[in-house]
Amino acid sequence: MRYIEFEKIAETVESLCISAGYELPDDVLSAIKNAAKKETNPAAVKILEQLIENARIAADEKIPLCQDTGLAVVFVEQGAEVAIKNSDGKTLFNAINAGVEAGYEKGYLRKSVVAEPLNQRINTNSNTPAIIHYSLASGDKLKLTVMTKGGGCENKSQFKMFKPTAQKEEIISWVVDVVKAAGAEACPPFIVGVGIGGNFEASCLLSKKALCRKLGQRNSDEFYAQLESDLLLAVNKTGLGPQGLGGNTTALDCLIEFAPCHIASLPVAVNIECHSHRHKSAII
Amino acid sequence: MNTIKKLHPPLNETDIRSLRAGEEVLITGIIYTARDMAHKRLCESIEAGEKLPFELTGAIIYFLGPTPARPGRVIGAAGPTTSSRMDKFSPKLIAAGLKAMLGKGYRNQQVIEAMKKYGAVHLSALGGAGALLSKHIVSSEIIAYEDLGTEAIRKLEVIDFPAIVAYDSAGQTVYKEK
Repeated sequence: MRYIEFEKIAETVESLCISAGYELPDDVLSAIKNAAKKETNPAAVKILEQLIENARIAADEKIPLCQDTGLAVVFVEQGAEVAIKNSDGKTLFNAINAGVEAGYEKGYLRKSVVAEPLNQRINTNSNTPAIIHYSLASGDKLKLTVMTKGGGCENKSQFKMFKPTAQKEEIISWVVDVVKAAGAEACPPFIVGVGIGGNFEASCLLSKKALCRKLGQRNSDEFYAQLESDLLLAVNKTGLGPQGLGGNTTALDCLIEFAPCHIASLPVAVNIECHSHRHKSAII
Repeated sequence: MNTIKKLHPPLNETDIRSLRAGEEVLITGIIYTARDMAHKRLCESIEAGEKLPFELTGAIIYFLGPTPARPGRVIGAAGPTTSSRMDKFSPKLIAAGLKAMLGKGYRNQQVIEAMKKYGAVHLSALGGAGALLSKHIVSSEIIAYEDLGTEAIRKLEVIDFPAIVAYDSAGQTVYKEK
């Protein structure tokens, strides 16, 4: 059994939060640059160029890419042969939250979490608790992925139960409707994460996991790979465009993850992500 | 090429009525930030007949909650938040003299009607470009509701802050749907 110190985990999460806030991932920046080359609407090209400039300023001058530095969504994958060196009974989740709190404070990132949703909505002033998704793997490593997800696009995400006999065209049509409903408010061009199968909550998690993939990388299953391409084409035909002001670049990519499901069900979830798609991973 | 219109708040009726949906503008001068909670409090103050923390007549309100400023800097990232969340509050503020709102995305029919009636516009800034937009802000000072943290009301001085007219005072919009 390999042991990792509590502090090592917290420090890793801290640095992932900070780099996510300031550095647009290479695949996202490349996708925006490619879109700017292909876009036919001059106003849309100008917006895409401003987004490229925004990414440059953020990295060079240490100004966060967006003022909404997000809710920290942390995917943690723990190898079966690795454990946390216990410090005063604190858990892996404590280490992750300690890292998020330190990262948002030291990184001058906005704290956007309220302790309770409906009554008083008092800011926790630490951007914790993070949303943590835990899974097990083989090996002796700990993989951490931090996705700092903005509220504007998260607000436009949707879920629907389809009949198990639904055709893929029905799914495409509904996802396009979700994208149109998201519109200008969710900061297009989007990355559209789609989760198909599982159950009510599992499909939503799949849609977020889909967003962890590299843009342009297709699903390893041929059917879903084709569906991703078809969906991207359909979404970009809406003409919504960057900032909802028209153009062929409504989404930078559509990514699908699927899972087995009940014979009676066909759950589908769409997680809308804005162009400022911030996520960073580390393996320790 | 048309020259881009310059806006210098406080704005008057003539400034507003000359703006058309789709036009680009550059704002120079003093604007005020307010998000959801600050809007709620401003409206409660109006209802209670209390004095507001800033002069609303002719003002531009920016729907913004910035990231903290690094030492020696004026402000952090400073892009717009979703405007429609302010829909239930904006008509009251427009009736009380607000002339322009700066955010991103759509407004509902009540806001559009209020903008037509009183002469106001909704401006859209580039969403998700908080680093780029922050370069147009030269000073920032919290003037009210400090307890709200990032949602406090800030008085900002901006220079050539870029936006487009998303909804004009004739009820026209740059957005094709909605």
